[in-house]
This record gives sequence, C-alpha cells and structure tokens, in this order.
Amino acid sequence: MTLDNRLSGPLDDVAGEAGHTGHPPRMGFFTDTSVCIGCKACEVACKEWNLVPEDGLDLLGMSFDNTGSLGASSWRHVAFIEQAPVAVPDAAPRAVDLPMPSFTRPGDGTGAETRSDFRWLMSSDVCKHCTHAACLDVCPTGALFRTEFGTVVVQQDICNGCGYCVSACPYGVIDRREDDGRAFKCTLCYDRLKGGLEPACAKACPTESIQFGPLDELRERAAARVEQLHGAGVVEARLYGESPDDGVGGAGAFFLLLDEPEVYGLPPDPVVPAKMLPRMWRFAGAAAAAMLTAAAVAFAGKGPR
Amino acid sequence: MAEAHPVGFQWVMEAKARGAKVFHIDPRFTRTSALADSYIPIRAGTDIALLGGVVNYILTNDKAFHEYVLAYTNASFIVTGDYADAEDLDGLFSGYDGETASYDATSWQYEGMEATHEPGSAAESKEQAAGLQHESGGPALEGETAHPTADPTLQHPNCVWQILKRHFARYTPEMVEEICGTPREQFLELCEAWTANSGRERTSAVVYAVGWTQHSVGVQYIRTAAIIQLLLGNMGRPGGGIMAMRGHASIQGSTDIPTLFNLLPGYLAMPSASSHQDLNSWIESLRGTNQKGFWRNADTYAVSLLKEYWGDAATADNDFCFDYLPRITGDHGTYRTTMDMVDGKVFGYFLLGQNPAVGSSHGKLQRLGMANLDWLVVRDLAMIESATFWKDSPEIETGEIVPEECRTEVFFFPAAAHTEKEGTFTQTQRMLQWREKAVEPKGDQRSDLWFFYHLGRRLRERQHGSADERDRPLLDLNWDYEVHGDEPSAASVLRAINGYDRNTGKELAGYLDLKADGSTSCGCWIYCGVYADGVNQAARRKPRTEQDSTALEWGWAWPYNRRILYNRASADPQGRPWSERKRYVWWDEAAGAWTGSDVPDFEKDKPPSYRPSEDAVGPDALRGDDPFIMQADGKGWLYVPTGLQDGPMPTHYEPHESPFRNALYGQQGNPTRKVYGRADNPSNPSPPEGHAEVYPFVLTTSRLTEHHTAGGMSRQLPYLSELQPEMFVEVSPELARELGLEHLGWCHVVTSRAAIESRVMVTDRMRPLRVQGRLVHQVWMPYHWGPTGLTTGESANDLFGVALDPNVLIQESKVTTCDVRPGRRPRGPDLLALVEDYRQRAGVTPETGTRIATVGASAGRAHLENAHDPETDTEGQS
Repeated sequence: MTLDNRLSGPLDDVAGEAGHTGHPPRMGFFTDTSVCIGCKACEVACKEWNLVPEDGLDLLGMSFDNTGSLGASSWRHVAFIEQAPVAVPDAAPRAVDLPMPSFTRPGDGTGAETRSDFRWLMSSDVCKHCTHAACLDVCPTGALFRTEFGTVVVQQDICNGCGYCVSACPYGVIDRREDDGRAFKCTLCYDRLKGGLEPACAKACPTESIQFGPLDELRERAAARVEQLHGAGVVEARLYGESPDDGVGGAGAFFLLLDEPEVYGLPPDPVVPAKMLPRMWRFAGAAAAAMLTAAAVAFAGKGPR
Repeated sequence: MAEAHPVGFQWVMEAKARGAKVFHIDPRFTRTSALADSYIPIRAGTDIALLGGVVNYILTNDKAFHEYVLAYTNASFIVTGDYADAEDLDGLFSGYDGETASYDATSWQYEGMEATHEPGSAAESKEQAAGLQHESGGPALEGETAHPTADPTLQHPNCVWQILKRHFARYTPEMVEEICGTPREQFLELCEAWTANSGRERTSAVVYAVGWTQHSVGVQYIRTAAIIQLLLGNMGRPGGGIMAMRGHASIQGSTDIPTLFNLLPGYLAMPSASSHQDLNSWIESLRGTNQKGFWRNADTYAVSLLKEYWGDAATADNDFCFDYLPRITGDHGTYRTTMDMVDGKVFGYFLLGQNPAVGSSHGKLQRLGMANLDWLVVRDLAMIESATFWKDSPEIETGEIVPEECRTEVFFFPAAAHTEKEGTFTQTQRMLQWREKAVEPKGDQRSDLWFFYHLGRRLRERQHGSADERDRPLLDLNWDYEVHGDEPSAASVLRAINGYDRNTGKELAGYLDLKADGSTSCGCWIYCGVYADGVNQAARRKPRTEQDSTALEWGWAWPYNRRILYNRASADPQGRPWSERKRYVWWDEAAGAWTGSDVPDFEKDKPPSYRPSEDAVGPDALRGDDPFIMQADGKGWLYVPTGLQDGPMPTHYEPHESPFRNALYGQQGNPTRKVYGRADNPSNPSPPEGHAEVYPFVLTTSRLTEHHTAGGMSRQLPYLSELQPEMFVEVSPELARELGLEHLGWCHVVTSRAAIESRVMVTDRMRPLRVQGRLVHQVWMPYHWGPTGLTTGESANDLFGVALDPNVLIQESKVTTCDVRPGRRPRGPDLLALVEDYRQRAGVTPETGTRIATVGASAGRAHLENAHDPETDTEGQS
C-alpha cells in the first residue's frame, strides 16, 4: 500500500487506517435496484428510527418521487424513472434514454412496438460511505469520523455547520438543515450496528433490494447477481460503486443498476477531491521549485554588479 | 400487488428469482408492472372477456387436465333440457324475470335435481345478497338421491363440458382484443404461459384483490378464474388455488365472523322473516334434504352457535332461543342503509374503522345520509371525515349541509390501534395469527373489544330486572368473558369462538365434535379447533427452520388447520400423488388412511375406492374421489346449477357505466345488477342509451403504496404524507394534448354525481387503447384524500354512483365513465350548476342506467326506487 492510497485508490482496511484496532469487518449496503418495487419503506423506516423530520409536503411531479434528492432530512431517496421504449436495433448497450417522439398513433400497434415494454426504474439511493470520504477529509472540526464498521458518521454535537463537507461530497449526499445549520446524513444506523441490528432501511425492505452485510460478502453476492441477470438476458445490469479502483476507492454502499448512472441521477465518475491532493502538491512543489530555480537563475545570470 | 400489498409482493419477487414468469394485467402501468416480465394492458371492467378468452384457449387447444376435470369437476353432469344459455338468448339465461331483474334458477339445475329453497323468491334472495352465503361451500342441491346424472364421455349435448364449450366459443383472441384493447399477441403469450405451467408436474396460482371484486359482475370475475383453475387442475394442489388479497388485515376474518347483514358466523345464512319461522325451517334450508357433503351437519353448527350466544337459556324446548335472532326482510346492505338514512328511516349509526365519507362510493350520498341521523358513533384512530363531515364536507360550500343546522350528534371515541391490543388477524389463506399487545393505548384510546364488551355490560345492567319480553335476548346473553383490569381477554373470546363441551368444559377439537342437542357451544364452527386442548393454536410461532415447508405449527388455519383447502385433489382418483413433484396428500394403503404434509381435507379413513349407497346423505354420500367436500355434489363447479343471482356461467357484460356497446351480446350490462333509480343516485348513460359521449373517458381508481384506503391511517402521518402529498389524476400524454392539460396543472373530473379537482400527472404509464375500432382514453385516480389531515384533497369516490353486484351487493367502484376538463372546478353553487349542465346534456334522469335488460321481453324497462320496494321495516338497522 502506498502513501497515495491514504487519499485515494483501494484500501484494504479502512477502519484500521482510521486507527481502529480489533474492529469488525467493514459493513455496507448492496442495493439491488432490479428488485426495488418503489414502496419507500426504506425512507419511512429511516425517518422513524433516526427521528429525521418531515421534509416538505410538495408534489414534485417527478413520477412518484416526492422526495427529490438526498438531503439533510432525506437519508434514503427512492428515484423513479419512467422510460418510454426506444428502438434498439441490436443488443448494443443502450445510450442514456431521453424520451423520444413517437411516430405511430398510440394504440395503433398491437405488438412489441406499443408502450407496454415501457420501463419504470426504481432505485433507493443513500450515502455511499466512501472508502475515501471527502466529507470526512475536509471536516475541520472532526465532527465527521470513520467508525469501527468503516462507515462515516457525523457527530451532531461537534458539527459547527461550516458546510465544507457539502461542497466536497462528489455525490451531493450530505447537506445542512436550513433551520439548524448543522450537516446531516445517513449514519448507516451506527446505533443499531452497535447493538447488533441491521440498519432500519434494510430491515424494512420487503424485497431485499437493500441488503446489508460485510462489504466483501456483498461484493461477491452482487457479482453473482449480475451474472445471473446477464444469463437471464438482462444485459444492461451493471454494478455502480463496488470497484475499489473508482474515484472514491469504492463505496461502502453500492448498487446494481439497469441503466447508466446518470439516468438515476448518480454521477458517472465520482472522484474524492483529495485524490488530487498529491498531484496538486506535486504541481505546487514543481511550481515552487521552478520559482526557486528561476530566482536562482536570475541571480546567477545577473552576476554581481 | 406491489402497490397495495408490497410486503406480500416479496413472495412474487422470490418466485421470479426462482424462474417464475410474472404477468401483470392492469389498466395502467403500475409498480407491479415495473417488476413483471410482461405487462398486459386492459380496459377497466372487461376481465371476464379476457379470462373467458383463456377458457376458450384451453378448450380449443386441448390444454385441460382431462383426468382431473373428469374426476373432480362437474364437467360430465347433465343439465336439464329447459336450460337456455346466454348464447341462445343474446346475453340472458333462461328464467329471467324482467320485472324484478332476477333469475328463477330452476332451469339451470342438473337433470333430476330440484331447485333449492333459497329464502323465498328469486327476487328476495337477490335482495339478501344470498350469493355471499355460500362462501365456505356451495349451496344445497336436492333430489331423489345425492348423485346427479352424468355422461363420462362428455358427449351429451347438455353436459356441462359441452355447455362450457358453446358458451365460450366466441371468446376468441380477436374478440379479447376487440373488447379489452389487449393486443392479441400478448394475450396469447399469457395463455401459453398459464397452460404450460399447469398440469401434473406444475401448478399456477391466481391472486386477486378488489380490482376484480368491485364490479357489477365482480363475483363472476372470480368464477371465471375458478373455471380456468379447475380446467387446468390447479385447485386443491400445492402452488395452485385462487387467493383473495384483502384491503386490510383480517378482512377474511370479518367475513368468517361477519360484520354483514345477511350472515352469521361461519357463513350460516341470517334467518329470513318470510321463510324461517322456526329453528327447523332455518336449519333445513342450511342443510338441505338428501344433501351430500358436510353442510348436511349444519344443524350442529347452528345449534352450537345459539348455545354460545344464549348459554343455559337456550334449550331444545325454546328452539335454542332461535326467536331471539333478528330476521332480515330484504336488502339491509350498507348502500341501502345509506339511502334509508337520507330518507329519514335510520336514526343512529355506528362506524368502526370505516370512513364512508371518503371510502365509500358516492361520497355525497354518504355524507347527506350521515347528516340526517340523530346520532352517529365514530370509533377511529383520528378525527376522520366521517366524524367531521358536518363542518368540512364539500356540501358546506354548496349549501347542501349547513353546520349550524345539521341535526346529527357525533360521538367520537378514540380507538386503540392493532399494536395496542391483542387478538388475531385472519389472512387470505384462512390462517389466524395471534398478535400480542406491543404498547399500551394512550389516553382514552380503547380496543373495540373493550367498547362492545362494556356497551353490552352496561345495556344489560340498565335493563336488569326488566319484565319486558323484548329485553330477553339481551338479558339472556352469555356475556361472561374473562376481564383483566377493565379489558376483556381476547383469548377468552377466541376460546368461546372455538367452543367447548358444556358438560365437561373441555375445548372442542374441531367441528365434527359439534352436537345439535345443546351439549356443545361454538361461536364459529369453521374456527372450531383454534383453541383445541385449551391451547391458543393461533399463537404458535414455531420457526420454519424447525418444521417442514407446510409449517403446520405456525398459526392455525380453518378448517382443522388445513393449509390448502380440498387437498384431496392433490392426489389422483386412486389416491396417488399426481406427480412426485407435486406430492402433497395421498392415500396410504398400508395404514388405511390419508396422509401427507398437510392435514388431509377428507375423512381420514375413507378409501379412494369408497362408493356410497344410493340412500346415503351428508358426508357418507361423498365418494372416495369427491374432493370438494363442502360442495353438494363433491365436485368443483365449472357450471353453477344454483346459488348465483346472475347466471350459471360467467358472461362478459359491460360495466354499469361504459362508453361501449357489448360486442358479444345484445344484453349490455349484468341483467341482474342492483340499481337504485333515484334522483340522488344518477347514472352516466351507457349504450344503447344515448349520450354516453358526454362522459367519454374510462375512469378507474386504486391505491398508492404510500397511503392506506380512505387515508384515516396515513394522511395524519408526516412521514407518509410527504411521500404522496397531494391528490392527482394520471392521464396519458395523448389525452393531455387533446384536452390541454398541463403536467402538475389543475384539472377537474366530472360524472353525473360530482365534479372534483386535482393536480394533473401526465405519464406514459397511461396509454390509450384501441377498442371496437376506436381509441379510448383511461384516466386513473387514487382515492386516499379528503378534507382532513396533513394533506387534503378531493375524494375520488365522490365521482362514483351506487350500482351493485347482485350476489354480494358490492359496489362497482373500479370503473365508471367521466369527462376531464382543464383548470380548477367552479366554486359554490356553480359547482352544482356544472354537474347539472352535464346531466342535462347527457339526458340523465333517475331512469338512466336502470333500464338494465336490453334484450328480451322486458328490454328497456326502468327500475325505479319505490316501484317495487318490499321494504317497510327499518327496525334494527341502526
């Protein structure tokens, strides 16, 4: 393991790196969106357990999504994506689907060209509990910390509401409550984990779309599920956030998606800002060295008067 | 199912994970469709055409499970020569009486059998929703012997098999497409999958909910499914069956131990004033003469029930207090009662966990009815619209209800939630599961059991010592339940429901132990055994890891803890499993007994070869290969010779309100549907009546996952309200363009009853269908909103009128016609003017929609209120 991997890249023992010894295995979520039925039980269970306040009674018109996005008072967010069918000439990977204008009169068709092969994707989003968590990296007060389970939690009594974490998070997960000022996000039910319980959302999920467990085990399970779906002809199934080689060193909460991440409102290539740190320091160092050299040359070139 | 039963839907997902193919048939693309392998669109209200198409497919492609059909159904039985089918009479069956819009079922009988004595006339049995009285077994059949004439070659022109073939001959894939708007290819894909997954090695299950039942032909929807499942051999076998998903926890329980006007516990028919003068005549009508099967023992069920009600006061000399039971005189259903409230015939009303101001059809009628009572008791978790209608209903704005003048005195009692009391839930598999109290109810909240126990106690104390004869039923009641603190013990009530030997006090093991001599008491014969050995069997929770997959030690299912009804059918006529893969219950020759992984639903030691003597009656008359032991002939009924109000065969009728003419028959709608022709219950016109185009769109309603029915349990909760914060109507982009509707803008929806407004949700999930050569738009609304709670909105049920299925008096609230207009609705009296304007343009009068026969001698005859109203007695309706 190189020094670099403290800031980005794969990290085998994320809790150990944070100073925990004799800690349990890294725990996380695998959210299999191919079996999500959009019931939002995860959203309700999360709010009930964590006493997260109601977040506005607004009809958003985004299909059945009236939560909108993850935020200080929405730690689980179920996205609903309505996709009209697009003519796919072969089994080539689908492009990002935008609604396409239809050329036949609706109801005229009697076969597969009608809207009955319409897709309605549902996916429950959550904090990714990154291997390299930007929110934690930038927190000046130490309010954010890495737990023994490898998850990332805000300590509300320490947070001073500076908001650095909000702009640092590459997923736009963490946010401040307007009336309170402090930052809030999913704790992966740290208190329940401490008590040997699974997080509330996973417990409530009726179809096991949200699976909780040791991250290694979840990754194996996810790989098998993708293989199974591919075998069943669902070629568009892919994992998101499971790779330790991605921009955040792999997410502690990763997903099985049925389309490109953008379709679900997820960034296609999230990068922890600290990944740039060595490079930035190198550039800064190089710049400083160049300056010094230039200065030296300037002095050397001029010579004594 | 994913929308309304997300927790149950996990098993569909489990099946899908194991390779099952999931089809979803629905007027709109829902969360269920999203997870299904195949979504099949359908026009709301046309399911019999689609299911009839499946029957036709099975018959024409020779897909039936022939051995099963021949041995276990009535396919070979011969029907009387007087029978005329809907094919012969353009949509009517023989025996139709246009005057009462009911059938005399004599000609539907098997050859050599007589029509049974339903209470009184055909018209009277329709008024009493007699169809519902057969829910735990078929109606009685009577004849010289208990065995109908049969032709095992199935060639006789009047055998059930041939009638079935003729009846469904025109339900072709082309006709399905024409009526339902369902693409032919998709329909055939469904037929192929369903039949391929049925037979010796495989079984298919049907699961339905109120999308099938809340229709003017709701019962026949389920009947069509039953025909398919019998033809394919999917009844009484593991993985098969027809399951009703209910609207709430324990709705199954609320019909087993009913809150219905025409039933007593265990589906014993409520005695009728006209035909049941004494205990004997009532019992005879329950058990029949020469009746085959276990209904023959109905005397023991009935007497044990009376002994439970009146204990020592019930003796053989006084007919076991039979005369204490109220008698019904006609239709006392919930909608009839509402109209009687409007008419000033009802004075007081109890509402328990029910919110008719939002949850019942024709909300305005409901509210005007409740506004005309002396008193109203509402027991609920929160202040629901049915308790606050006098100050916040839409009728305040129009001046139809004036709060200062509303005469109804409303008593609101806060109720304990299910987590705050002990008791049982009975689910769709007839399984009772005991529930402990998790938390103490707060403040004045109390259980319903507490309420009724103490109400009874106080009434009895008040009348104590009364010499008035009419107080005897109350004072003689057996009212001695165990009480902890002031809370009655639900377990002691369950023990009384189970029943016990009155001499020894020992709990009964099952209904075969019941006696008709007064020595046993039992609150519900089908539940007998739930407290066997003095143990609360419903409370058993042995983990699945410690028992086999039938899990007989988890909860308790009626009858006798059988998990699959009629499971004798899981073995062939000789008693051998149909296949190793579907092995379930079989005859063990060596032991001389039925055995298997479930409790056999058959007499344990009756061999498959058993043949009864000619004069045998009751259970003795059941052959060793008669698996449907509650049926009067021991067979599964492809054809129903008696017991249904609207015909022996399911027949496609258009909904009460439809934009289309019936493409199959001259008879437009169900010719026996219950209509109430009165000015305050108008109908939208349907062909052949003119002006159907004034309400051109098909409207259907259902639930959202995020809310619960009429909203009383969800609109008060912030975490649910924020997930679906507002009433909306879903329309297709095509309809939105046509009408100028904007996404998230306002629109109002108009029927002949009301106009309500809501936000617009434009979605590709709604899609126009091509029906009878033209495009029809369907619109959809959830029905969760009303004027109280954290989120408020107008109520979709205000749009529906009252037209009912004749068998069970359920309302047609899953399909109607409507118009949709952009913008908000008019306010105040202008709202009434708008609805009236529509009615005038559509030519709506009280007669509209009541001309229910559209062929035959009585075609065009209107059925108006009071024209033949047998009702004079309103006693006991409050």
